[in-house]
Amino acid sequence: MKNPLDSIWGTIICGLILTVILYIAVKNFLM
Amino acid sequence: MDLVPALARWLHFLAGVMWIGLLYYFNFVQVPALKAAAADGTAAGITKHVAPRALLYFRWSAVVTWLAGAAILGSNFIGAFTLQKGLAGIGIGAWLGTIMLFNVWALIWPNQQKILGLTPATDEEKNKARRVALLASRTNMMLSIPMLFFMAGGWSHRALFGL
Repeated sequence: MKNPLDSIWGTIICGLILTVILYIAVKNFLM
Repeated sequence: MDLVPALARWLHFLAGVMWIGLLYYFNFVQVPALKAAAADGTAAGITKHVAPRALLYFRWSAVVTWLAGAAILGSNFIGAFTLQKGLAGIGIGAWLGTIMLFNVWALIWPNQQKILGLTPATDEEKNKARRVALLASRTNMMLSIPMLFFMAGGWSHRALFGL
């Protein structure tokens, strides 16, 4: 499998997914 | 608003714009430009004159951004980094920024020194350094997306988190 960080768009999509995951985690478990 | 936090926030934004702006410059402009320049033999102009200057401002603006951020947190520094209630949002942003600062100084800069010939390295070491530096830079670009979300929304716009 290709590393998504090898492309700009792969990097941006990973960043957006990580944002959603962290937001859900913070809102539900840390606030 | 007290003067010190206000000045720290101003400095945090100024240095942060420079840091993340240069990070995006590397990823969106310099990496693809170097690929094209290597093909027509003009990469030296970038590696000799542009990259060292960009890296100088990049790594030191990262330090200033972090220190100014710590000053803004002030007495909330420990609470943010231990993700205490009400501070978890900005705490996640602070952790992401801290990981990014580590990547700059522990991975990107030492490997860029090898790539640019500022420290001696064999061709094999340079090739490995290119890969590590690229992935560390891309990791920082990826982390910058949630980092900016939590920096922007973590404290001053608590409505996002239902506070």
